[in-house]
Amino acid sequence: MNTETVELGKETQEYFINMGPQHPSTHGVLRLLLTLDGEIIKKVEPHIGYIHRSIEKMCEHDSYQQIVHLTDRMDYLSCHMNNEAVCLAVEAGLQLEVPERVKVIRTIVSELTRLSSHQLWWGVMGMDLGAITTFLYGFRDREMITDIFEETCGARLTMNYNVPGGVMFDIHPNFQKRTKEFITHFKKKLPEYEELLTGNVIFEERTKDIGYLSKEDAISYGVTGPSGRASGFSCDIRKKHPYSAYDRVEFREVIHTDGDTYARYVVRMDEMRESMHIIEQLIDNIPEGEHKAKTKAVIKLPEGEYYQRIETARGELGVYVISDNKKSPYRVKFRSPGFSNLSALDTMARGCKIADLVAMMSTLDLVIPDIDR
Amino acid sequence: MKPVFLKFSLYDFSEWIKSIHQWLIELAGPTIGHLLGLALVGTCFLLFTALLGLSVVYIERKVCAFFQQRLGPMRVGPYGTAQTVADIIKLLFKEPTMTKESDKFLFMLAPFIIMIAPFMVLAAIPFAKGLHVMDLNIGLFFILAVSSIGVTGILLAGWSSNNKYSLIGAMRSGAQIVSYELSVALSLLTIVVLTGSLQLSEIVASQADGWWIFKGNFPAIVAFIVFTIASTAETNRGPFDMAEAESEITAGFHTEYSGIKFAFFFLAEYVNLFIVSAVAATVFFGGWMPLHIGNIEFFNNAMDLIPPIVWFFMKIAVIMFLVMWFKWTFPRLRIDQLLTLEWKYLLPISVVNLLLMSFIALKGWHF
Repeated sequence: MNTETVELGKETQEYFINMGPQHPSTHGVLRLLLTLDGEIIKKVEPHIGYIHRSIEKMCEHDSYQQIVHLTDRMDYLSCHMNNEAVCLAVEAGLQLEVPERVKVIRTIVSELTRLSSHQLWWGVMGMDLGAITTFLYGFRDREMITDIFEETCGARLTMNYNVPGGVMFDIHPNFQKRTKEFITHFKKKLPEYEELLTGNVIFEERTKDIGYLSKEDAISYGVTGPSGRASGFSCDIRKKHPYSAYDRVEFREVIHTDGDTYARYVVRMDEMRESMHIIEQLIDNIPEGEHKAKTKAVIKLPEGEYYQRIETARGELGVYVISDNKKSPYRVKFRSPGFSNLSALDTMARGCKIADLVAMMSTLDLVIPDIDR
Repeated sequence: MKPVFLKFSLYDFSEWIKSIHQWLIELAGPTIGHLLGLALVGTCFLLFTALLGLSVVYIERKVCAFFQQRLGPMRVGPYGTAQTVADIIKLLFKEPTMTKESDKFLFMLAPFIIMIAPFMVLAAIPFAKGLHVMDLNIGLFFILAVSSIGVTGILLAGWSSNNKYSLIGAMRSGAQIVSYELSVALSLLTIVVLTGSLQLSEIVASQADGWWIFKGNFPAIVAFIVFTIASTAETNRGPFDMAEAESEITAGFHTEYSGIKFAFFFLAEYVNLFIVSAVAATVFFGGWMPLHIGNIEFFNNAMDLIPPIVWFFMKIAVIMFLVMWFKWTFPRLRIDQLLTLEWKYLLPISVVNLLLMSFIALKGWHF
């Protein structure tokens, strides 16, 4: 770690900085209270709650179909996965068997969402490090995915495509063609990404051996997703507890053991390749059938507790539903990946510089509405 | 009145300038004539800087847009050419805000100090044959000396804003500029060893038969690379824009500035970019001298047809494009890496390079 102690021989004062809630690189309304010694970080204290919308409480008054669209607004970059988590929990409660076609469609759209989320992360990561061009490159390729989504379900970001029992509409006739076009396009563009950042000397200097998180720390803080896997913590829910169509596709759980910013970067880059691999396996094998299982207009879950975990682009999302056999749940709790990932920031950042903190935050890939809910 | 404008020639300005001077003195007597001349030069510079700022900002926006696969400004005027004018008008009408706790006098002073340095440097640059405000015999030294005044403005801005981000930005920039000045000076000295003069007109004249970057052997190329890196750092441009790293410390030293005072910082950055490119063009690429290759008469005569002022601006444009190119490609360095780069790599390289060049000059191995 790059810790330098400057012996001034004089009494120095600690320097407090409020990074956020309005700050270009907190990507939302996160407030970090930094204690600095010059440029060196002594302590990071995250203050959250600036975008708390009490989604969990709102869920207690809504029907199960309505809950689904609220989860779009949590981690808006992996909105489809959030929807899917709630739907899977409800389907498990109803003991509803969804058609095979739905499972495959959900998986493909999930992976597309993951790709678009990682593309945005890549662009923003470059921007946080001062290379603004990456931002535009990331958005250029992300556009193709959002176009596919728009054609499929009418929305580009908060799609609300899942409903309990299936997906809202059947896929558009162009869906397969355009997805394949995107995969061929992006396979050519991904090496361009690598050229622009991965091999760059300045980028490597800025990220290697910065923000180290050990496997033990990752597990004890509950850091999941790409950030956890970069520390060697095998935590891919798609492998551990397969849902939808993940049990029938072949893919690699990307694990690195370095635990630094660079490892977290590489994990995400490799994950994009794996996502494309998953889509390639499924896109030509979408089974025929219904796009939605029949459900009652008013869903009432039997009394009990239901838990569904899912792998979003940021890590493990848990949905915990307690039902008392009414049309809205008694209590809903979301275990959001961003919240746990943020908690490790202080451990990672101590002794680093302000510029490193920015790099760390971007590889943790924080989405603030996901942290606050 | 008549002969003044007849003597105008794009290839040699000296007669024209002299005749204007004469005419002013005849018109108003020696004292007032001189003063009028100074006022005229000042006005020309103001107009030139304003136009320069507008056009360089526009060029940067277009270049950056093309790197990022977009169009850049397109709406205001043909191809968005009036966009920067519109922006300046907007900035002029904006309220100049000031925080309650800021040091008001220094806060107001800082933008002016930042503008003084580029103005003084511009005076020493030979734009074309005879188009030169002051041909000092210590020209290069003067440029190096006055360009350092700019850092005072940055430090004042950071300190007087009473903003923590600004202070960090100012301190970063102080450390950065003071360090990188050494490399800038040493790499320029490498060429001065060959010319034997600090006078810019003589440096240009010494390159009549070939530019130093070609004539000066291997060390000249190294010196040019070091100069480009170090001068980019000195002008606070990416990938060395530590002082205003917007993703770390919002806008660094000019966080608290708004309106036209902010525009001053912005303008100074672009004028500085122009100036370092101009110095590089003068010292390494022959200033306004046309490209001559050996004894190929036909080629050399053809090159002579292009006016020197066009040559000068073409060279500057190429160097500026180079600087913009790496600004829009590379991520930003961290402050300690920035200082490591200077003190552990660039400075030793420039010192060794200077010694090497002295040796070459001694042996007469250059061309």
